Amino acid sequence: MAVKMDPIHQFELKPLVSFGHIGNQEIAFTQSSLYMFAAVGIIALLTIVATAQRSVVPGRMQSVAEIFYDFIGSTLRQSAGHGSERFMPLIFSLFMFVLVLNMLGMIPYAFAVTSHIIVTFALALLVIGTVIVYGFMAHGTGFLKVFVPSGVPGWLMPMIVAIEIVSFISRPISLAVRLFANVLAGHIALKIFAGFVPALLAAGAWGIISPLPLALSIAVTALEFLVAGLQAYVFATLASIYLSDALHPGH
Amino acid sequence: MAQPAPSTDTHQATVVVPASEHGGGFPPFESHTFLSQLIWLALAFGLLYYLMDKVALPRIQGILHDRATRLSKDLDEAHRMKTEAEAAGAAYEKSLQDAQAKARAIAQETRTALAQETDAKRKALEGELNERLAASEATIKARTTEAMGSVRGIASETAAAIVERLTGQTPDQAALDRALDRAAGAH
Repeated sequence: MAVKMDPIHQFELKPLVSFGHIGNQEIAFTQSSLYMFAAVGIIALLTIVATAQRSVVPGRMQSVAEIFYDFIGSTLRQSAGHGSERFMPLIFSLFMFVLVLNMLGMIPYAFAVTSHIIVTFALALLVIGTVIVYGFMAHGTGFLKVFVPSGVPGWLMPMIVAIEIVSFISRPISLAVRLFANVLAGHIALKIFAGFVPALLAAGAWGIISPLPLALSIAVTALEFLVAGLQAYVFATLASIYLSDALHPGH
Repeated sequence: MAQPAPSTDTHQATVVVPASEHGGGFPPFESHTFLSQLIWLALAFGLLYYLMDKVALPRIQGILHDRATRLSKDLDEAHRMKTEAEAAGAAYEKSLQDAQAKARAIAQETRTALAQETDAKRKALEGELNERLAASEATIKARTTEAMGSVRGIASETAAAIVERLTGQTPDQAALDRALDRAAGAH
């Protein structure tokens, strides 16, 4: 019972196959890696296997794939505007990957890959890296205009540019921490509330109020499903907005 | 920064067992797992990106595009067929009117033709009748003339017979003719 009450235990990585060490780094195929590939498999099942017939009148699963495509396509178009089609594979992959990993994490006893900050940070760096690389490739030094908003009086410029640079640097951090913290906090909260139920039942007469934390954990579960979907959407939308800087750096 | 507090609380409450299990650290911040996670993330996300970029998205885009073109084609087709049907309806109306007009013309023509034929027949009949009438009149006139011619012969013979009975002499033919001419002239 003591171990079950530990809300941190669920985030532990369990190596399934270990490949030894590089320095102090343990290289291992963990359950986290398995969930990542499971997510890839589920997404492939939904978007590739379900659309294999290319029906003009779609079946259920093909409809779902089309809805996701339309949804992300319109989100990207609204946020990044003209020329954003080239980033569709990136944003679609990011959204689906984060969404499926978040949802898999909601299955009881399952592992939430996105509760590890290194994963969310890597995805955020991928977005910002794409912004920087594409920005300089497409606009050369003109991309630096992203730090110089138009219509600002000259004497304010140094301060504004400093603020813009800080805001640009904080983007990957906020992107990574937002997703990581939401998933982590949700799972901890869920574990604690759910843990109260057996704890109260085991405490004799206190068992009478055990439905209270049960009801609460059901409510938190519903909230976490919302958060799981919403955070994937927020991640994809913010990534689209950042990519719009790379496409149109002049503000 | 509130996180370490409940964490240590639980550790105190749960003795040492979990502490040994995850090394006393907070798993998401255990940096010795980072490289491994990054490698598998790169592989998994790389595979996902490749599949989406090369297979899934072009296919879905193709499906949506096909559907859009198919729909617009079908709509165009329907529109074309509607126009065609309307044209066919108009053509039908027109042919109906034409046929009616033609039928009326034919009826008129037939009526005229029949009337003309009857007229012609009537005229031919009338002509024939007139001809016969004329022929009959000519015959009557000829017979009358003939009869009138024989009257003079009969009169001459009768006069000769009367004179012979009265006088016992056969009258001279020339004198008889003169007398007959005189009698005819007296009338």
